[in-house]
Amino acid sequence: MEGAQPISPEELWSEIEKYHDTLPESLRKELYSKILEYGLTREEALAVISEAVKRYLSSLVNPGEAVGTVAAQSIGEPATQMTLRTFHFAGVRELNVTLGLPRLIEVVDLRREPSTPMMEIHLEPEIAKDEEAALRIAREIELTTVENLCRSATIDYYESAVILELDPEMMENRGVTLDDLLRALEKVKGKKGSVEVSEDGSTVIIRLGTDDVIKLRRAYERILNQRVKGLKGVRHAIVKPIRNDKGELVEYVILTEGSNFQGVLSIPGVDPTRTRTNNIQEIYEVLGIEAARAAIIEEIKKVLDEHGLDVDYRHIMLVADAMTYTGKVRQVGRHGVAGEKESVLARASFEVTVKNLVEAALFGEEDPLRGVIENIIIGNRPIPLGTGSVKLKLRVASGAPKRGGA
Amino acid sequence: MAQYKVISGIKFGILSPDTIRKLAVMRIETSELYDEQGFPVPGGLMDRRLGSIEPGAVCQTCGNRAATCPGHFGYIDLARPVIHPEFAPYIANLLKATCRNCGRVKLPPDKLEQVSRRMERLAKRWPALKRKLVQAVIREAAKQTVCPHCKTPQYKIRLEKPYTFYEQREVGVVKLTPLEIRERLERIPDSDLLVLGLDPKESRPEWMVLTVLPVVPPAVRPSITLESGERSEDDLTHKLVDILRANQRLKENIEAGSPSLVIEDLWNLLQYHVATYFDNELPGIAAARHRSGRPLRTLAQRLKGKEGRFRGSLAGKRVDFSARTVISPDPNLSVNEVGVPVEIAKVLTVPEKVTPWNIEKLKQLVSNGPDKWPGANYIIKPDGARVDLRYVKHLDEVAETLRPGYIVERHLMDGDIVLFNRQPSLHRMSIMAHIVRVLPYKTFRLNLLVTIPYNADFDGDEMNLHAPQSEEAQAEARTLMLVQEHIMTPRYGAPIIGGLHDYITGAYLLTRKDAIFDKSSAAQLLYAASYSGPLPEPAILKPGPYWTGKQLVSVFLPNDMDFVGKAAVAPAGGKCDEEYCENDGYILVKKGRLLLGVLDKNAVGAEKHGTLLHELVVVYGVEKGREIMDTLFKLFLMYLDMHGFTMGVDSVQVPEEARREIREIIEEAKRKVEELIASYARGELVPMPGKTRRETLEDLIMSVLADARTRAGEVAGRYLGMFNHAVIMARTGARGSMLNLTQMASLVGQQSVRGKRIERGYTGRPLPHFKPSDLSPEARGFVASSFSTGLAPTEFFFHAVSGREGLVDTAVRTAQSGYMYRRLQNALQDFYVAYDGTVRNSEGMVIQFRYGEDGVDPSRSDHGKPVNVEKLVKRIVALRGVG
Repeated sequence: MEGAQPISPEELWSEIEKYHDTLPESLRKELYSKILEYGLTREEALAVISEAVKRYLSSLVNPGEAVGTVAAQSIGEPATQMTLRTFHFAGVRELNVTLGLPRLIEVVDLRREPSTPMMEIHLEPEIAKDEEAALRIAREIELTTVENLCRSATIDYYESAVILELDPEMMENRGVTLDDLLRALEKVKGKKGSVEVSEDGSTVIIRLGTDDVIKLRRAYERILNQRVKGLKGVRHAIVKPIRNDKGELVEYVILTEGSNFQGVLSIPGVDPTRTRTNNIQEIYEVLGIEAARAAIIEEIKKVLDEHGLDVDYRHIMLVADAMTYTGKVRQVGRHGVAGEKESVLARASFEVTVKNLVEAALFGEEDPLRGVIENIIIGNRPIPLGTGSVKLKLRVASGAPKRGGA
Repeated sequence: MAQYKVISGIKFGILSPDTIRKLAVMRIETSELYDEQGFPVPGGLMDRRLGSIEPGAVCQTCGNRAATCPGHFGYIDLARPVIHPEFAPYIANLLKATCRNCGRVKLPPDKLEQVSRRMERLAKRWPALKRKLVQAVIREAAKQTVCPHCKTPQYKIRLEKPYTFYEQREVGVVKLTPLEIRERLERIPDSDLLVLGLDPKESRPEWMVLTVLPVVPPAVRPSITLESGERSEDDLTHKLVDILRANQRLKENIEAGSPSLVIEDLWNLLQYHVATYFDNELPGIAAARHRSGRPLRTLAQRLKGKEGRFRGSLAGKRVDFSARTVISPDPNLSVNEVGVPVEIAKVLTVPEKVTPWNIEKLKQLVSNGPDKWPGANYIIKPDGARVDLRYVKHLDEVAETLRPGYIVERHLMDGDIVLFNRQPSLHRMSIMAHIVRVLPYKTFRLNLLVTIPYNADFDGDEMNLHAPQSEEAQAEARTLMLVQEHIMTPRYGAPIIGGLHDYITGAYLLTRKDAIFDKSSAAQLLYAASYSGPLPEPAILKPGPYWTGKQLVSVFLPNDMDFVGKAAVAPAGGKCDEEYCENDGYILVKKGRLLLGVLDKNAVGAEKHGTLLHELVVVYGVEKGREIMDTLFKLFLMYLDMHGFTMGVDSVQVPEEARREIREIIEEAKRKVEELIASYARGELVPMPGKTRRETLEDLIMSVLADARTRAGEVAGRYLGMFNHAVIMARTGARGSMLNLTQMASLVGQQSVRGKRIERGYTGRPLPHFKPSDLSPEARGFVASSFSTGLAPTEFFFHAVSGREGLVDTAVRTAQSGYMYRRLQNALQDFYVAYDGTVRNSEGMVIQFRYGEDGVDPSRSDHGKPVNVEKLVKRIVALRGVG
């Protein structure tokens, strides 16, 4: 080689920017960094860029492409595979997380509460490596009820009282003082009730001032379920160190069983930008529609990756967009995307046939027959996708075209 | 073919009594069906005026014969009105929302005005929201106890499902008759209906209370004549007879002035029959039954569900020009081809227009007739007349009458395009276009490489074949659906068609360093792969000219191809580069020559990205990909034939010392488990966070045993070695895994149910062979034997338990995933890429501004990326050295 100089970063960037409107940003950036990394000359760089442009343009989708159907197939097909492969987890896991087909169905169904709700809580950078702080926050958010703190709890029918025998170890463990407990009990004892503590502080007696056995029992339940501290819904929280490949500590994260996103985000020390939950509905309510879309994509991807199933990101994005493009999250199914179509026939042919037809008649609906299934039902014309979406027709020399477009 | 009218939309509404009468051709007067001679009674449900259904009979109304007569409606005048059961809940809403006296919506006039303006705006933009507003209006109006318009006091109205209405008056609960209901509905003015979301032109509310019942034509309720000559009527006819009888009796009793109690009863009966005529699954009332006790299938039931009118008859259509038979493999066919049995080729036809250029060929086909392949079954003359060649005596003479412009429906022939499909059709590669090769014998033949997209095997699988008829359909099939166009899957942007099983084994053996060939076998192999051209320079000159397997492969690679990759047999860790790689795992192709490395699943396998095959398809196109599959891949099989390749019991036998090692590993694991159990029993076991001690013990035992199996597997792998055929298959990715081999050679391992050791069965023990609460490995489903030594009876049982769980799981979850797929498909089916690059649905709403944010088609991408910049740059750098 005649010792050609590598292209300068400025020149390269200006060359690449010539295709600003052609190439997507990610590709332009990749070209920039890779060409610099390998130190290509000007000539070589231009060759790479022009080849990249050529390949990019030839990889674009065709107009009319039925991308929805392809996306549905690309997720539906591996989902059936998922059932055929049995998985054995012998590994040690602290928390069970529903993955696999049930989780996938849960995500597209948009269940209000996932079967295993969980959060992954990251801490502010200053305290991220502080195990003490992590444990403290974990204790703070973990829901502690009166029941959790008692060795035993009995109803004394004669005295009309509930007797709690406290477990000092658990109290210590959960960071609850006797005062905390008494404050919590104030809320449930009722107007006539009173709370007594034994001298050594190991027993608490709550007198309820009623003789009614049924009321007594109900009060007993209420007392045991009374929240002493923590967040509603967070059943369990553990602290887990995250280490990099070399085994160095990166940070501590808190994993929880149960989810209370809103509550956790307002706790000091929690990094709200990296903390996440697997409850999509909650994300939508707290962070809004774009976050919900991102969460749907992430959750679907997680399930598929777990099973080693390779599905292009674009398909998952399309599903997420279908669920969110109206600005609200809608489930995939009759109470969501499929049930809110304009077409009567499309809805009737999916589910709840009779109801859809009856309402269509009552409200005098009109079906404009623009979708796929409507045109299949009508028959004798192409569906408005792919080659069927072309509305132009060549006028043959002799006479007018015989068939009109769809 | 001409299409005269295009349906641009369908408007839904409720039929008014007038419309029903106008639509009908006659009134049904009697419940009699046939007279003594078996002729339809005029004025009965089978009246000839309702349409001709017997073949040959001319319809008295339209003059058509059975095939073309669409059938004609009749009607029944009901003696008293009845509620249409499907509308009952909506009637209830209307009654609640409107005044019982003046019929106005019970909202103050100003509010009413406001709502109606809002409604108008919503109707244009967001019809779904209009529905919500209507709900709110009804809720608000129903609350009023006094009509804001006429100040009449209002009562609570209650609907008792399915169709009985009550009003809570001061005097007590009063039942509302359909007559009263209808009167009230009549009073609602048109303007107020708009506020309630109804379109008064299409659906006046009083039409929901039936005074006239339409009678469907016999065409949709045909009677069938049994072999005994007995007539059996359709469920709907039975129901209509019931309605007519009830109606008749009610009418007679009204005319006779019977006591109101009797009339009420009969009225109720009529209501019941009409209700079940519409829907026989209404909650709260007994389903009408056939004499045999089977519930009748009435109107709603005919529409509903998978086999109903919508899903079964309208969305799912039956087709002609299709065939189905068993499939079998044929490696000598191209991946683009399908072998079609002669018998099928003689039945499936393709219309071919006669032109001056093909007239001689078509004359020959016609004179061959329908029984001799290749022949023809029909001739269609320009006037539309069809000549059935089965009934032509002198075929030659008919052949001579052919003129340009005639159409010949000729047999399927080599080179025709057909669609080939295997269910379940889970992705678009489940239906692909193939080029026909008519072959003897009775099965469809297909290249083994396309079994992957079809998910087919040859244990009795059947597949369907469709012959597209129009030129458009054939052209589309050929350019869009041909197998080679689907080598790249849109699911992940890598070839889904590619090497499997023996192809991979063959590729591996052929490219291994010990594969060398003399001139005759080299030529033999290349010939089998349809290569014609010069042999490359032999790699070995002494003791004579010899060619390596890698050289033979190189013959098929493009001259300018460069590729670097790692074979599946390459060691997971450890050194693997240009200088040295264990098992020859470093693949290097330079300028179209395979210099280093063996080809296995990571080079020619299907469903993998970054392989040699993937690179070929991406860079050189699908046509090149197909060509390689039709040539090089055949070479792999040919070599495997030449080499010989079997697997037997011997392949999984390990020497005595290996067995001793394995036994020791198992013993050691059992000892460890014993210790764990002992420490658990002593209460010393520390529980893991969030788990009980018992769960912790189980986890630890499981991991000790899993570890033991892994180590025993490694021992077996070591003793079996890379020349063992079973190991070759597992390591190259051809078939089976090292786990399978472990289970055959060393031990089967822990059996599980729901991810846990097997514990259910008897109290505290899975089988009576063990002591209660015995936690040892063998009492909880650990199988220490291998498949080749054989399982102990208890082990066999545990293995069966685990196997059954697998079967049940599959059965349960295929249904689940099938339903999820259906819903996804339904939600997404109308999305397409518009010409402006956005993704839109059929309503024209934008789902994405650019498909996938970069507009790239995954099936044209390199594993999701439009351009693999790294590869591109590296190649440029590599070319530097070559100059």
